[in-house]
Amino acid sequence: MTARDRILRRLRSAGVEALPPPVLPAAFRVGGALPGEAPVDALRRNLEGAQAVVVDARAGDWRAELARICAARGVRSLLLPPGFALAPWPEGPALRRFDRPIEEFKTSLFEDTDAGLTVAGCAIADTGTLVHADPAGQPRTLSLVPPIHFCLLDPRRLHGSLADAIAAEGWAAPMPSNLVFVSGPSKTADIQQTLAYGAHGPKELYVLLAEAPAGPGE
Amino acid sequence: MQSALNFHRDARAVVGNPVLRAGFRGAMDFLMAKRAAQFPDEGAFAELRAAGEAIRRYSLARLPDLLEQLERNLTANGIRVHWAETPEEACALIIEITAKAGGKLVVKGKSMVSEEVELNHALAGAGIDALESDMGEYIVQLAGERPSHIIMPAIHKTKEEIARLFAEKVPGVDYTDSVDALIQIGRRVLRDKFRETKVGLSGVNVAVAETGTLCLVENEGNGRMCTTVPEVHVAITGIEKVVEKLAHVPPLMTLLTRSATGQAVTTYFNWISGPRRPGELDGPREVHLVLVDNGRSGAYADPRFRATLQCIRCGACMNHCPVYTRIGGHAYGTTYPGPIGKIISPHLLGLEATAPLVTASSLCGACGEVCPVKIPIPDLLIRLRQQSQGNAASPLIPGAGAGRKRLMATAMGLWSRLYGDPGLYRLFAWVATRFRFLAPSRQGAWTDSRAPLKPAARTLGERMADRR
Amino acid sequence: MSTGMPPPRSYPAKPADVYLFGTCVLDLFDPEAGVSAAALLEREGIRVHYPPEQTCCGQPGYTSGFPEEARRVAAAQLSLFPEPWPVVVPSGSCAGMMRLNWPALFADDPQHLPAARAVGERVFELTEFLVHVCGTRLDDRGGSRKVVLHTSCTARREMGTHLTGRALLAQCAGVETAQQAREAECCGFGGTFSVRQPDISAAMAADKAEALEATGAEVLVSADAGCLLNINGTLEKRGSRLRGQHIATFLLGRLEGRS
Repeated sequence: MTARDRILRRLRSAGVEALPPPVLPAAFRVGGALPGEAPVDALRRNLEGAQAVVVDARAGDWRAELARICAARGVRSLLLPPGFALAPWPEGPALRRFDRPIEEFKTSLFEDTDAGLTVAGCAIADTGTLVHADPAGQPRTLSLVPPIHFCLLDPRRLHGSLADAIAAEGWAAPMPSNLVFVSGPSKTADIQQTLAYGAHGPKELYVLLAEAPAGPGE
Repeated sequence: MQSALNFHRDARAVVGNPVLRAGFRGAMDFLMAKRAAQFPDEGAFAELRAAGEAIRRYSLARLPDLLEQLERNLTANGIRVHWAETPEEACALIIEITAKAGGKLVVKGKSMVSEEVELNHALAGAGIDALESDMGEYIVQLAGERPSHIIMPAIHKTKEEIARLFAEKVPGVDYTDSVDALIQIGRRVLRDKFRETKVGLSGVNVAVAETGTLCLVENEGNGRMCTTVPEVHVAITGIEKVVEKLAHVPPLMTLLTRSATGQAVTTYFNWISGPRRPGELDGPREVHLVLVDNGRSGAYADPRFRATLQCIRCGACMNHCPVYTRIGGHAYGTTYPGPIGKIISPHLLGLEATAPLVTASSLCGACGEVCPVKIPIPDLLIRLRQQSQGNAASPLIPGAGAGRKRLMATAMGLWSRLYGDPGLYRLFAWVATRFRFLAPSRQGAWTDSRAPLKPAARTLGERMADRR
Repeated sequence: MSTGMPPPRSYPAKPADVYLFGTCVLDLFDPEAGVSAAALLEREGIRVHYPPEQTCCGQPGYTSGFPEEARRVAAAQLSLFPEPWPVVVPSGSCAGMMRLNWPALFADDPQHLPAARAVGERVFELTEFLVHVCGTRLDDRGGSRKVVLHTSCTARREMGTHLTGRALLAQCAGVETAQQAREAECCGFGGTFSVRQPDISAAMAADKAEALEATGAEVLVSADAGCLLNINGTLEKRGSRLRGQHIATFLLGRLEGRS
């Protein structure tokens, strides 16, 4: 008999009676979040509360905004998702694409990539959360390793809560190998409860709101 | 083997250390205020924690079925599932996985279960280095210590102590007590290790049976590094951490982060449902899950102690505990300190090793009041005291009776006979009041810090009789 | 019920008769508080009956892991309250023991369980009874005093008696109530905890004493005799001028222009 069988047998021998399924509070039912606040305002408020910078580029050109921030922050190299077209690109840092397996360029990813750009699949307003649910299109480390993270978000892809997102996005059929929720730049308070940013992941997070940002193309 | 047998000595040392006392007090005040700000509405909190409790109880009631469903779906997703009854088995499994991958180093994200099974020690025995990558855990490991809090492992250290530690232990680093600079030093050291290691290890905050998903919350990003960059990711968790549906995750996780650090959400919430798939350019090639029992199925068998398995490891009970606030986490001598540690450590380690913890509570109830899944910690402590004294009808915890001392048992027997017999009690009370001038000035531990007790001149019973 | 407040209870109309359960601590160490509690109830036009055979609710044995011993003591109280009158207890933690923990203590004792439940349901903490059942109006005749209130942890968390204590003090026009830092934190008594973990208990009591002293209050008031033993013993050993008084003694003194 294996450890598995012995553990399961012990648990079963306790003879625990089944309970009715839990009833979730209204705020965790679909559509139950955020009474009274426009979702995009809540998203912005929450992200800014977590030290992210939100740039609303819906009226203008997000590429120009991106180039402006890159210049201001001294970004020399920007890593793009596989197959992502950033054109026209006014002028700015050198563009590279995450188009090979990580093993083939780990050193340059870790050592000389100043910023990464991702496109959020959707976002969650009531916690200020960017969702990356497509690890093939948006490699995991793109939002993790470079010290600055730019994230493009189409605000029409906004859900009120995580519960809404789970219900609407149909992730479970089948689950992506990795689903990452990002709610700010990396941080820690492990030294004397003093908040410090850029613990292991990006120190800065910029969220660019743009409708239909150029998708994967070329 | 962990034990709480030096509890009194170690607790006394902290109580007498003003720097540590002030540090813990400041940290706990900070965490309590942060949590309180997240639950401004008592009614909403009550509703949310009722849901948290219901989700955990529902999941536990179906635990064996959910574990099988989880295993089925994880396997279908390409995650290999391993089962360990004991700490030794868990460590052996991880050593085997690491060896197979040709790894000489395991970089670890935060995992209390890995502390519980003493994984680092076992890896060292197999010639494998273990490196903690959570900033607090890294600091504690560098100092050769253990975490003193389950959420904030280095809460017992001042930034000056950490500055001296880094200057001494990290090559090429000068003394700086700037928190930002210290964090950047840790970042630099650990980034090299994330890149280099073949094996990354993590815990699991909750596992979802219906989808085969492992969920992890964190703020730093080291958890994502450990689960993303190395070729092999090993997750380790207790068998109790499973829920049925994705829809059960949001309420539990918001209770976790609000209760733990006063955050509505952590920076990262990482759902892992498989290794790198064709067409993906990063992510681990292999993902393993080690499910650890280590006494949990024993607690499960007891209808009352089953509630201990509801725990989501938020640490709110220790943040609000007046005892933890005075002594910190190390004095407990066990992986899990504070109120929750007092009620789960006896299952993990037996009462012989943990008997002193059972008495280390004034039963003030602060822990039960804040517990986000409504574990009745004080009630369970009372039951554990019965087991520890050998007075429980059906003791299920190993080591029943280990805390029994003849003096205490005799005193309780005398008390019971005296107060259980009104006539005898009246006689005793008459003597105690009439001879109150004989009350000793030293009354054991009571008078170490208090004036002696002295009975009144006449009892309440006598005075009430006079009034009629 | 150690995860917070039980559901709100419904209160009866003011009765003509009550039992007073004086508690073991008041019997030996603070009979004045028990007598004052009786006087406060009588002021409401209630006849107070004090069963002379009463001893202790059994809490010390129960919380120390000696249920058999605790049952023996608690069982000796069960036949002392035969009339359907409320049982008023001038101590929050004892009242909580009788009302909320007796059912657990006697869960496997079918002989005593019904009586334990029946009596327990009739138990009221003194300040709770004065506020919610009597609707007491206090006619304060005392001078101007600054006081600070301490409430036992279980009474606060299981019965909300810090609110009723505060409400009664608020009726005293001459009383200014000071707020202590970390009001809800335990004083470190915890029954046998105080002698089984003396270092931790002493540290908690010292912090509590410091917080109380820092308010500048002239009197500490509490509805909990156990906490008062611990806090007063600590204050006295520290050489503090502050002393604690049972809330019944304090309130009666206000009505009579003494405290």
